[in-house]
Amino acid sequence: MNHRHIAAMLLRNLYLLRRSQYRAFSLFYWATVELFLWGFVTLWLKDIATPDARVNLVVTVIGALVFWDLFFRVQQSVTLAFLEDIWSRNMLNIFASPLKARELVLGYILLSLLFGFISFGFVAVLAALLYALKIWTLGFYILPFAVNLLFFGWALGFIILGITIRYGPSVEILAWSLPVLVQPMSAVFYPVSILPEPLQKVAQFIPTMHLFEGMRAVVLEGRFDVSHVVWASLLTAGYFALGIGFFYWMLSLARQRGLLSRLVTD
Amino acid sequence: MPPILKVTNLTKAYKGLTVVDHISFQVDEGEVVALLGPNGAGKTTTIHMLLSLIKPSEGSIQVFGQELFAHREEILARMNFAASYGNLPYNLSVFENLNVFALLYGVSNRRAKIEALLEEFSLTRFRRQRTGALSTGEQTRLGLAKAFINQPKLLLLDEPTASLDPTIARDLRALVCQKMKAVQGAILWTSHNMREIERVCDRIIFLRQGRIVAEGTLEALRQQFEKQDLEEIFLVATAGPPEEAARPA
Repeated sequence: MNHRHIAAMLLRNLYLLRRSQYRAFSLFYWATVELFLWGFVTLWLKDIATPDARVNLVVTVIGALVFWDLFFRVQQSVTLAFLEDIWSRNMLNIFASPLKARELVLGYILLSLLFGFISFGFVAVLAALLYALKIWTLGFYILPFAVNLLFFGWALGFIILGITIRYGPSVEILAWSLPVLVQPMSAVFYPVSILPEPLQKVAQFIPTMHLFEGMRAVVLEGRFDVSHVVWASLLTAGYFALGIGFFYWMLSLARQRGLLSRLVTD
Repeated sequence: MPPILKVTNLTKAYKGLTVVDHISFQVDEGEVVALLGPNGAGKTTTIHMLLSLIKPSEGSIQVFGQELFAHREEILARMNFAASYGNLPYNLSVFENLNVFALLYGVSNRRAKIEALLEEFSLTRFRRQRTGALSTGEQTRLGLAKAFINQPKLLLLDEPTASLDPTIARDLRALVCQKMKAVQGAILWTSHNMREIERVCDRIIFLRQGRIVAEGTLEALRQQFEKQDLEEIFLVATAGPPEEAARPA
């Protein structure tokens, strides 16, 4: 592992962030808009809720949004860093350099950690100011919650990269559509029991569903549900291994089938 | 001393279609070798195999006496390339792009090295400019400056001067050759510009349908094909089936 190679991957994307106001803007824009949108929904729900409901809507809805944004930002950072090199036709330069695949992976992971926490920090502070959200209400649960979200974000990110390598830039829409597909079954803003039964069964295999259910158990019942954390961690570990393995497999397949050249010239 | 590049029986086939067909050649220290052929002859596939972007179906590639795919990172750190289709990120400035690649190629004393390259490739005044805002000629110069960031001993050039005006192309050719001569480095050069090849290359390899159909110095090829003009030699050497094309006209 060469630290200079990893630094190069980070620097390339930090330069891009500095040069492209849109990229910097998008780190904060979507989360802020969603924060306002769901904030208004939450305020309305508080107004119409019966007095005995006693549900901490701010933590269950806005808190869920803040953590969902961490997952989404991490996945997007990995995927967009790669797509950016396809769009700028820089793939030839990257893959013909002495950069190792594991350095590329680690570079993207570090980059997404940085971007993820910048965005998370911003949204968490904004939510605290606007809605008096106290994230620490979740206590120790924050740790497994955040770690699992990060790893699942990376897993999804590398799966999308693998598919992009295999099928070319035409599938870039997956970068945005796949996490959106995962969101309803993750039961981010509502309990999984709301979902139709077949979807509830599918949701069992999605780690984020267990995480957000676990979060609600902490907030609404004051109960740390270990089984949700265990299931989420096992599933996340599986998806992460699958994501990285799939990315490596596609990279190897791409070298055999000349698919990297297509990423360069398409 | 082993050749800088040694290619033996190199073959690439996709689902029954052979794109590069058992080619063997070598490039020695200080040598400039041209890889010529019509579109689809297998030049770019060969270059991409030499850059480890494509794994050969058969055959071996040895660079600096080592197997490319077994010592990939070590070898790539000592070689480089420039191609007319291999852009550098358009959002980054000229300096930023070179700085990123200096890190990727493990260059020490980066700033001084970059400043020297900017000077040599007449890019100093563009150092803060966005790469996407450069003209085609300036982008080509930047691509070549990037190719020299690690002082390569082997340089692969895939139509490096395509779409440049004759004056810039001439100056860049001279600079590239001078810089490689200074380190006794080798160049593998593909181009459709026959004048360019005549001027810079010590040896020429003609490819057609993935096979080597003729090979030699310009003088040897002139004698073999009984033609003075390289373009005419090209037309004869790469016409018809490979077996026939190899024969002198």
